[in-house]
Order: sequence, then C-alpha cells, then structure tokens
Amino acid sequence: MKRSGILLVFALVFVLSAACGSSSNGSKSNTSSSNDSTSSSDSSSTSSQVSGKIEVGGSTALQPLAAAAVDGFTQANPKATVDVQGGGSGTGLTQVASGAFDIGMSDKFAEAQDGIDASQLVDHKVAVVGMAAAINPAAGITNISKQDLIKVFTGKVTNWKEVGGKDQKIVLVNRPAGSGTLATFQQFALDNQTPATSSLTTDASNDVKTDIEQNPGAIGYLALSYFTDADKGKMTALSLDGVAPTAANIETGKYPVWAYEHMYTKGEATGVAKAFIDYIDSDEVQKGLVTQQGYLPVSDMKVVRDADGNVTKK
Amino acid sequence: MNEKYVDIPASVRLKGKKKTKARWAETVAVIWIRFAAFLMILAAVAITLFLVVKGMQAFVKDGVPITEFFSKNWAPTIAPPTFGTLIFIFGSFSVTFLAALIAAPIGIGSALFMTEISKKYGRKILQPVLEILVGIPSVVYGFIGLVVLVPFFRIHLHVPTGFGLLPAAIVVAVMILPTVTSISADALQAVPESMRDAAAALGATRWQTIWRVIIPAALPSLLTAIIFGMARAFGEALAIQMVVGNSAHFPKNLLDPTGTLTTQITLSMGETPSGSVFNHVLWSMGLVLLVMSYIFIILIRVLSARRKY
Repeated sequence: MKRSGILLVFALVFVLSAACGSSSNGSKSNTSSSNDSTSSSDSSSTSSQVSGKIEVGGSTALQPLAAAAVDGFTQANPKATVDVQGGGSGTGLTQVASGAFDIGMSDKFAEAQDGIDASQLVDHKVAVVGMAAAINPAAGITNISKQDLIKVFTGKVTNWKEVGGKDQKIVLVNRPAGSGTLATFQQFALDNQTPATSSLTTDASNDVKTDIEQNPGAIGYLALSYFTDADKGKMTALSLDGVAPTAANIETGKYPVWAYEHMYTKGEATGVAKAFIDYIDSDEVQKGLVTQQGYLPVSDMKVVRDADGNVTKK
Repeated sequence: MNEKYVDIPASVRLKGKKKTKARWAETVAVIWIRFAAFLMILAAVAITLFLVVKGMQAFVKDGVPITEFFSKNWAPTIAPPTFGTLIFIFGSFSVTFLAALIAAPIGIGSALFMTEISKKYGRKILQPVLEILVGIPSVVYGFIGLVVLVPFFRIHLHVPTGFGLLPAAIVVAVMILPTVTSISADALQAVPESMRDAAAALGATRWQTIWRVIIPAALPSLLTAIIFGMARAFGEALAIQMVVGNSAHFPKNLLDPTGTLTTQITLSMGETPSGSVFNHVLWSMGLVLLVMSYIFIILIRVLSARRKY
C-alpha cells in the first residue's frame, strides 16, 4: 500500500514535469518556426505582414518608447504580438543572451557589462537619450560647473550656498548600483566619481521625480524624457558648465551626458523582432514618437560614441 | 503504520460493493494527502538547496572573501569592487527590532483586551480589524508611509528628508501587529480557566491575575508571537523600500536613511546580469535572509518546547 502510494506520487511528478517540458518545447518550436516562415516570406515580398509573438524587456528608460511603438506596429501587422516589459538593463541583457527575451533593451553597451558575452549579441541603436541633473527649485541655481556637481554628488559640500545657491541643505537622490541612468550620469557628468552613500536611492525614474519635487534642496538625475511641462516650477534641469541639456546641444556633442538606447538581439534579428526594430528605426517613429517622448533620433546625432565612451565626429 | 486508516469497528465497516468504492476513495484521498505533504517538503528542501548553491557562488566561484562580505565597505560598481553587506544586515536587524519594540506592547495589549478584559468587543471589533490589517497588501502600507509618515517627519521634525529607520519600523510594526496580536490571543486563551479561578480565590485583582499569573504562564507563547512577527518583518521588502531611503550607509539617528538586505536585493536584482559577481553577492544576501529565518524558526521551536500550556 505504502510503496504503491509513493510510486504513484513519483509517476505523477514525472508525468507533470514531462507535460510541462513538452508544452514549453512545443511553444518554442512553434514561435521559431513561425519566425522562420515569416522571415523567408519577408525576403520574397517586403510588404508582407509578419506573425508571431515576441518578448521585449529590459531598460525602464526605453520601455515607454517601446510600449508606445507597439500600437502602430501591431496595426500594420495584426498577426504579430509584441510583449513589452521592464526589469532593468541588466535583466534585458541577461534575458536576451539566455533566449528568454527576443529583444533585450539596455541603456548600456553590452560590452560595458561584465557577465555578458557581447559577441553573440547584435546591437541596434534605436534612440539617444539625454540625462540631466534635476533639482528642486529651493536650491536656487540653474547652472552648475562640473567640478561643483562632483562636489555635490560626492558629499564634499552639503549646503547649496557653498556652490552659489540658497542656504538649503542638499539632499541627494540616487539610483541603485548597476542602473543604466546612474552609469551614464556617473561616466559623463561625474567623471566616474561614485555618488556619496548617504544619498536616498530609488529604483524607478518616476520615484526620483517625486523625491526631488517633494524635498527642498533635493538633487537627482533623470532622462530628459522625464521632464514634462507639468514639472515646471517643481523641478529644474541643470545646465552643466553653462550648456543647457537641449536636443541641439546633445546632437552636436556640446552637452556630454547622453546614452544610446540599445535593442539587442541574440544573433541577427529575424521575423517579428526584425520587423519591430525596423519599425522603430523607420522615419515614422523616429520623427514622431521618439521626439514626442523626449528622446533623440540616432540619425540626428552629429557625433558617434563607442562602447568605451570615446566620442568622434560623424 | 500498516493501513491504520481502515481500522474501524466491524459494526460500522461497509460491506460489498459499497465497501470497495469507499475504500478506493479513501486510497485516493490518502495518496493525495501524502502527495501534498511530500510536495511541501520537496519545495522547502529545494529552496534551501537552491539558495545555498546560489548563495555560495560568490565565495566559491568568484572568491569574494567571507570577511569582506561581512565588512562595511559596499562599493559594487567601482573598480575594484567591494561587497561588504554589514550596513544592510545592520539595517535589517534595526528595522526588525524597532518594529518588534513597537508592535509587541500594542499587540500583547490588544490580545489581553480580547481575552481578559472584554471578550465581547474583542471578538466583535478587534477581530475584524485584525483581519482587515492582514488583508492590506504591503505596497499599500509602504505607500501610506511614503505620503503620510515621511512628509510628517520632514515637516514637523525638520530633518532633511524624513526617510529613515523610524518610518520603516513604524510601517512594518503595523504590518506585523495582526500576527503578534492573534498568536498572543491564542496563547492567552490557552491558559487554563482553573488558574484564573485560583487567582480569584486568593483574592487577586484582575490586574494582579493578568500580571502575576496569565502573562508568566503564557510567556513562551507570547515570545513566539513576537518572533513570528520579527520573522515577517525581517523578510519584508516592498514597504520598507518605499520609506527607508535605501542608502548604503550606517544611520546616524532614527531619521537618517539606510538600507536593508531585502531592499538592496530588490533594488539591484534587475540591474545586474545573472552570472556577474554583483548578482552572486545578491544571492548570498538572500542566503543570509534564509539563514535568519531558520534561526527564527529554531527559536520558536525552543520556546514552544518550554511552553507550559
């Protein structure tokens, strides 16, 4: 009796696991076969629609743009489904490398991320995003020199009056170690200095915004896409060494704090993934959604930057 | 052990067709129950093994020294990185103990009210209130803390941000209050009526009975209630993350931002690729949490062994 019971349990576990395994295998082979068929039909006639389902995930800085692009894309390709999720740049890179995401979104170069085999990933730069130090107006400044900014973020000064502002304590709002926004800001605005550990740390850009708007004297950093008209008077984007963080200044390379938004695929993009990236690269999206949402089209950039951060004229 | 479950008196045993059907149903039920128990044990063992393997990677594969892991130097992204988690271990413990300090007197007080002072109102009002508190998701507690507690501290106590240990402890204390209260109430109820009668016969007042008889008698179980609450507080992440400030430094006072193991894990997990040293260290921090929950469970077992009622 007892033995048969245990046997039955094992049989059940075995059947269950076999069922799970086979079903996931089945769905995988389904999608890949549909991808193959669409890519082959793609090459025969460019106007044909793609079908199938892809998973896109990673950088929360790129997530709003990708999510907004899905509407237009699925209107043109009703049989295709694009599932966009966040999770952070690290997740995007890991999951695309392991095959869980068809497209991994990241604001960092895969080469700059340890633990990732960048050689097997193909980079598609879909937009440029500028980042700026954001301050609560109680700080009383609109421009800061890079040296002063570094002093502020490393905790060497603790009151705004020491760098030309009002008599107001400085409150630092930080992003967690590993964040793409932090990496960009640290590299290009803080000359690789690490922000002081006494700062508040918040894991989403919208929370950074709330923290800055609520705390007098707060300073943080945000992608320019997060500065909206509604924030006027509550939050200011700081000019750096007298250069305002505008699209024109970023395109010419005068304002240094910006990053590419990458969409990585494992190997060359195929099927729905290729069609989706092509759609985001199209003039329709680059001139429309990309600029509307506060990003910059890659084609407008007059400078190029490599994975090591070296900037050259196009 | 041998088929005990069919060992029922001959007079009620079923006969013929009915008997085989009933026995078959019983067999299925027993297999199902055994399967459920087996699955439960399997899950616990699997989680422990998985976390131990994952959590040891940082030390075994990446060679992060254990002494460094328990040091206070947290700089995971500068070269060379250091992964000292003492700040977060300290943060987790401070939030947990502060929360227990707030929740224990209130929880045990409410339990005394429910069992000794006013059973009728306790059951009618306190019980539903506790059930409501249990049902509120932790994100809501965190959010209320963020929009009510944090600005309150900032504006009225004139601290720079209002984020810090104290709001985290208050939020978590409210979260664990139902756990502490209901387990304490069960413990107090388990104290036999004869002891209350004996105290009354000796001429003790209600307060003397509570203080000298009931609380000492139920003490191990009351401590169990507090430790259960602490175990919950130690593992809480979301609500704490919203109000603690999440900075990697030792707090100078109760209203200075700091971080805990759980908040650091949830903040960084999405930004670190799996396979990197940083990611492995986060798993090691998860292992510390698991070890702590084992310690809490052992404490509870020890206390229940000492239990008198």
